[in-house]
This record gives sequence, structure tokens and C-alpha cells, in this order.
Amino acid sequence: MADIAARNPAGHPTQQRSGLHKLMQRKSTIAFLMALPLILLITILVAYPAGYAVYLATLNKGMTRFVGFGNFEFLFGRDTFWLVVYQSCLFAITAVIFKAIIGFVVAHFVHNIPAKGQRKWRGMLLVPWVIPPAMSTLAWLWLFDPSYSALNWLLAIMGFEGIPWTGEAGWARFSVILVNVWIGSPFFMIMYLAALKSVPEQLYEAASIDGATWWQRIWYVTLPMMRNIIAITALFSLIVTFANFDIVRVLTAGGPLNSTHIFGTWAFRVGIEGGDIPLGAAVSLFMVPILAVAATFILRDITKRGSEV
Amino acid sequence: MVSMKVNRRRFVAGTAAASAALVAAPFVRSANAAGKLSVGFWDHWVPGANKAVEALVKEWADKNKVEVSMDFITSQGNKLLLTTAAESQAKSGHDVLAFSTWLPSRYADQLVPMNEVMEPLIKENGAVNGTVEYLGKVNGKWLAVPATSGSQIKGPCSRIDLLKKHAGIDIQAMYPAGQAPKADAWTLDNFLKAAEACQKGGNPFGIGLGATSDSVDSAGALFHAFGAQLVNAKGDIVVKNDQVRQVLDYYKKLMQFLPPDVPSWDDASNNKFLVSGQGTLIMNPPSAWAVAKRDAPQVAEQLWTHGFPMGPKGRYAPFLPYFWGIWNFSKNQSAAKSLITFLSQASAAEKMTNASQGYDLPAFEKLTTFKVWAEESPPKGTLYHYPNPHNHQTLSIAAAPAPHKIAEQIYTQAIMTQMVVRYAKGEAMDKTLDWAAKELEGFTRN
Repeated sequence: MADIAARNPAGHPTQQRSGLHKLMQRKSTIAFLMALPLILLITILVAYPAGYAVYLATLNKGMTRFVGFGNFEFLFGRDTFWLVVYQSCLFAITAVIFKAIIGFVVAHFVHNIPAKGQRKWRGMLLVPWVIPPAMSTLAWLWLFDPSYSALNWLLAIMGFEGIPWTGEAGWARFSVILVNVWIGSPFFMIMYLAALKSVPEQLYEAASIDGATWWQRIWYVTLPMMRNIIAITALFSLIVTFANFDIVRVLTAGGPLNSTHIFGTWAFRVGIEGGDIPLGAAVSLFMVPILAVAATFILRDITKRGSEV
Repeated sequence: MVSMKVNRRRFVAGTAAASAALVAAPFVRSANAAGKLSVGFWDHWVPGANKAVEALVKEWADKNKVEVSMDFITSQGNKLLLTTAAESQAKSGHDVLAFSTWLPSRYADQLVPMNEVMEPLIKENGAVNGTVEYLGKVNGKWLAVPATSGSQIKGPCSRIDLLKKHAGIDIQAMYPAGQAPKADAWTLDNFLKAAEACQKGGNPFGIGLGATSDSVDSAGALFHAFGAQLVNAKGDIVVKNDQVRQVLDYYKKLMQFLPPDVPSWDDASNNKFLVSGQGTLIMNPPSAWAVAKRDAPQVAEQLWTHGFPMGPKGRYAPFLPYFWGIWNFSKNQSAAKSLITFLSQASAAEKMTNASQGYDLPAFEKLTTFKVWAEESPPKGTLYHYPNPHNHQTLSIAAAPAPHKIAEQIYTQAIMTQMVVRYAKGEAMDKTLDWAAKELEGFTRN
């Protein structure tokens, strides 16, 4: 569409066009104008709140004076904060690793299903991802219910002891990670499936002729061809998982003994429930520089490989 | 959010006769007080309870020719809390808003002083309990008016049959309907024995130790019963004291007789536990009983709401008030005060209490003997002792008397229940106290 609009047939009668007209005919101008609604939306809904959060994080508890990095300094001295840092890293890294492995394996299974039945499987496997997490987590909450857990009921039928899914720190951490993996794996699956489909068949044929084993085909053909997608998916998922809120909030509300709090839920507890909005803002912003640096390196690597190709 | 518009009429001088009526007179008397009023009420979870509030507001609006828009904002998912925070930040929103327990003090600088409303109300309806005064009045200034709708006592609600069967306690004899309690034997020692007996009998007590309000309130009342303070009224951290050690020891014993999953209970867990027929006793307002009446009538007819057991320093029960406050950015403050005054009259309070099946509690001492509490059934009189009609127990809030900014953090971060669980799960007493002291130290920052 932009190409059509930018077309400038030679010998057009209005050779003497105004500067503005010229500007409007440029591809980049049209692209900018078309992206403008989205830019405005992002500015209003993302950039402004992010900037405001930075501003809030520099205020004292009463929001009456500027304290610079005072809130961050305060956080560094709190045991609970470091517990939250540990739990957030454990939650995000473990969940992303499992989502990537499960997504990779399932993508291969789906890729090998004959094309006729593949669509149904793809649709069914995407279900956990398309249900709003707050809703599906409620279903998990009932499965993990302290007193009436359906899972424990099944365990009891099989003669096993019930598990305190959300009542004991270790199990509660396991439960929130499990639900996150359940919800997020389909995203990895669909991304990896798309990547798999774009690997040229000739590469596998050539590898087979060279006598490559199943593992060698994966290691030397599939993985290098999927590297960029794997990096982007992992990065995207890492950011989203670090920023998770709903799963922990619905399932454990950060308990027991703060053992499942992640940045989002603890920021909410401190800022909104506890009335210390600047400290809550500081908690929620803590990961921004770390994730920004990670994103820069990963994206730079991808760009580098892209230009090599 | 449920939204409703009432009446579209201008407030004109011609309504002077109406505005001269009882409650409106001091406030709505000039054209400046006319116009619109926007009110955000707490969305009641008892079906039909909002209707009573709507009807009352409509009556007031008709009388005063003020256009009122009402929103019923749920506290589920902290919607009301978020609305309050957003309005505070934006300095725009409702004129009158329902503020939960700690919010009047949190937003003290943004609320219109309500002394001129509270003083006549106290004269008329009697004094308010100490907890309401602690939460709603700061530096001699009333920041908000205690609301009937949503205010509650979280006292014990017990199974008559199971307490008798397992522990030999006749709770109806201790708390007879229509009479003062005869509960001298209802002490924390006997409470512990009863908890043990009921647990052995297969129907344990269900007292949560999670991070939500029900758990924190129960712990708060027991801490008060031992005189155990974490931070005193001056703001000094005093957590390492004998009373705190005693209450932690007591809770450690009690926890052996509670379901093992109580550290992960939320505010719904205890209700489910009682309604399912498993539990003998929970700490809750009559919402669990109301649900049982609908879903498990055979359980409901065995439920009795009564007072807390007495500890070494007295008998305390958690009181959680809602407040109605006026933002200082409200453009119609006199009409707002008039509406709140109207809603705080005895007749209005009784209508709200009736519509909520006795759940709502006015905070004023002369308003604790409405018929609904004596007459609600089954069994008849089950709610008689719910509003504490004989002042049998001190109504309290966890973390009081600490300064509000610290107490609110103790409450919302569930420091008491966390201490209990840490110690009960085997952590050394000194380590638990050190942990608490460090957390408390963090709450004192300005």
C-alpha cells in the first residue's frame, strides 16, 4: 500500500510540487503516519506510566520530597526484598527453561503430524495460552485448594498423601512455576513450529546423505536455523515472566511467608495495599536496567547474525 | 462497578423547606450546595444489601433535589483500593467514597475534616468504639464517618453440636440469646482444650494464618488478649517482649490442632471449611452463616456467633469498619456531609443492617440492639451477640496502637501471622523476633 502511494510516475503534469506534498509522498512519512496511532497509544499507555513510575520511585513515602535513589538504597537493606529477587529469578528462569524445552519438543511432535490433522492439534495445544491467565489460574487454584484439592483427591485414591500445593514454600513455588509453564509453553510451541517449517528440507536431506544421526540433525541443522527465533522467544518470555502478576496473585498472593512473591506482586503489596507507592514503584522498576541490558545484548547478537546471513 | 443515576433536578432555593428537614439542614442551604454529587459505595456481597443504600440515597436526593450518581465498587481484587489510590493521585473522582479500615489515615491530608458531622452523631447515637476512633480520628480531627455498610466484627462462629459433642461446651448457654454472656469459662486455655478435642474428634477449628484480612484480624485479637504489642503508640519497636513470646507459644500449641494448610488460607478458606461441615469454629462475620443458610441449611441451623475467648489481658474481638469520607477536591462538600449525616441516622443504619441480614454493624453504641440480630434464624438468636450488645469484649484492630503508617504496614504485610507460622514451624523464638524487628524497622521510614 505504501509502495502504491509512494509511486511517482515520471512525466506527471504537476512537476512543481510543494515541500509538504513531497514530504507526504515519501515512504517513510507514510509509514510514520500509519504508525502514529500506535505510537500515540504506546506513549500514553506505556511511556507516560513508565516515566511516572520512575518519578514516583524517587519520592519519599509521603510523596512530599525528592529522595533520588533513596528507595532503592532502602530496598537493598531489606531481607524480604532479596527474597523477592531470588524468587523472581527462580520463577522466571526456571519457567522459561521449561517452557522452551516443552515448546521445542511439542513443536517437533506437531511438525511430524501429517498436515491434515495438524491444524486440530495446533488449535488444541494453544488453548492454555489463549485463555486469560486470571481465569485459568482460578481453575488451578481450585485444583490446588488447600482443603479440597482435586489433585489431592486423586492422590488419595491412589493411596498417596496429599500435597500442600500452596501451603508450603517449596510446593508453592513449584505450583506457580507449573502454572506459568502450562500457560506459556504453547507460545514457544507455535514460535518454534513456525521456525521449524521455515528450515529448508534440503538441509535435512543433505545431512541424511552425509549419514547424520537424529541428534546431529537437530544439533547441526535445526538448532542453528532456529537460533534467532529461540533467542527472541526466550527474551520476550523472560521479560513477560519477570513482569508476571496474575498467576502468583491469584494462586498464592505471595505466600506462604512471602515465599512466592515476585516483583509485580510485592510491588502491589507494598505500594497499593501497604500505601507506600514510591517504594512499590521502586520494586517494580528494579529489573528494568538488568532486562534492558540483557535485551540489548540478545538483540545485537540477532542483528549481527542477521547481517552475516 | 455498578452504576446508577438518581434524579435529575437542580438544587434551588425553593427546596428550603426540604433542606430544613432534620439532617440536611446544617449543610444544604444555599445554591452553592446544589448540583451534583458522586458517591462510591462499597459493593456489598450480601445480595440485596446495595438496594437499601440506593433507596436511602434516592430518598435523600429527592428531598434535597440533588442529582446523585452512585457507584458500587467491589473490594474483590482490590478494586475499591485501586479506585481510591487512583482518585487520590488524580485528585479527581467521587465526592464521597467508602474507605476501608486504614485508608482514612492514609489519605488524611486529602480528606475533609468531619468533626461537624461526627460530634452531633455521637451525641445522638452514642460513642463509637475505640477502634473506630483510632482509625478515623487523627490529631483530634475526624477524617471520615464510620459507615454501617460493610463494617463488621470477626468473632467466632461455632457449630453448636460439634462443640458440645467433642469439647462438652454448650455455647448457647455461654452466649444465650437475648441475655448477657455467661462466658467466664470461655478463656484461651479452655479454647485451646476445645481446639484439641475438636481436632481429635475430626472437626478442627479453622483459624487461618495466611496474609489476608481474616487471618490477620484473628491473630491481632489474640495478640491483644496477651497484651502483645509489636510497636507501641509512640512508634517504638517493642516486639521483643514477654507478651509476644507468650502469644507465639500459645499459637504454636494451637496450630497443632488446626488444619495443616492454614498458612495458605485466604478469606474464603475458613468460610468453605465451616460450610462444608468439616470445621467446628471459624472467626468470621455472619457471611459464612448466610452462605450456609443458602447452601447447607443443616449446617446453618447449628451455627452460633459469639464472643472471643478471654486472655490474660482481656477479651478482644476484631472490628473492621468501613468509613465514608469526602475528598478535599470535592466540589459539593456541604451536600456530601448532608448525605453522610442522613445515612448515619439510626433509621438508615437499621435499614442497611436489615438488608444485609445483620451483617452490617453501625459503630455507635446505641445502635447495637436492632431487632434483626435477635430475630435472625436459624437458629433463632444466632446473631444476637454478633454486635457485642453487652460490651462483653473490647473491639480492636490488629497492630493498634502503633502509629497508623506503621500499623497499616504491619497489617497489610501480615507480620503477626508470619511470626506465628515461622515460630510454629520450628524457627527459634529469637530468630523470629529478630526477623520481625527488622521488618518493623523498615516500616518506620518516612
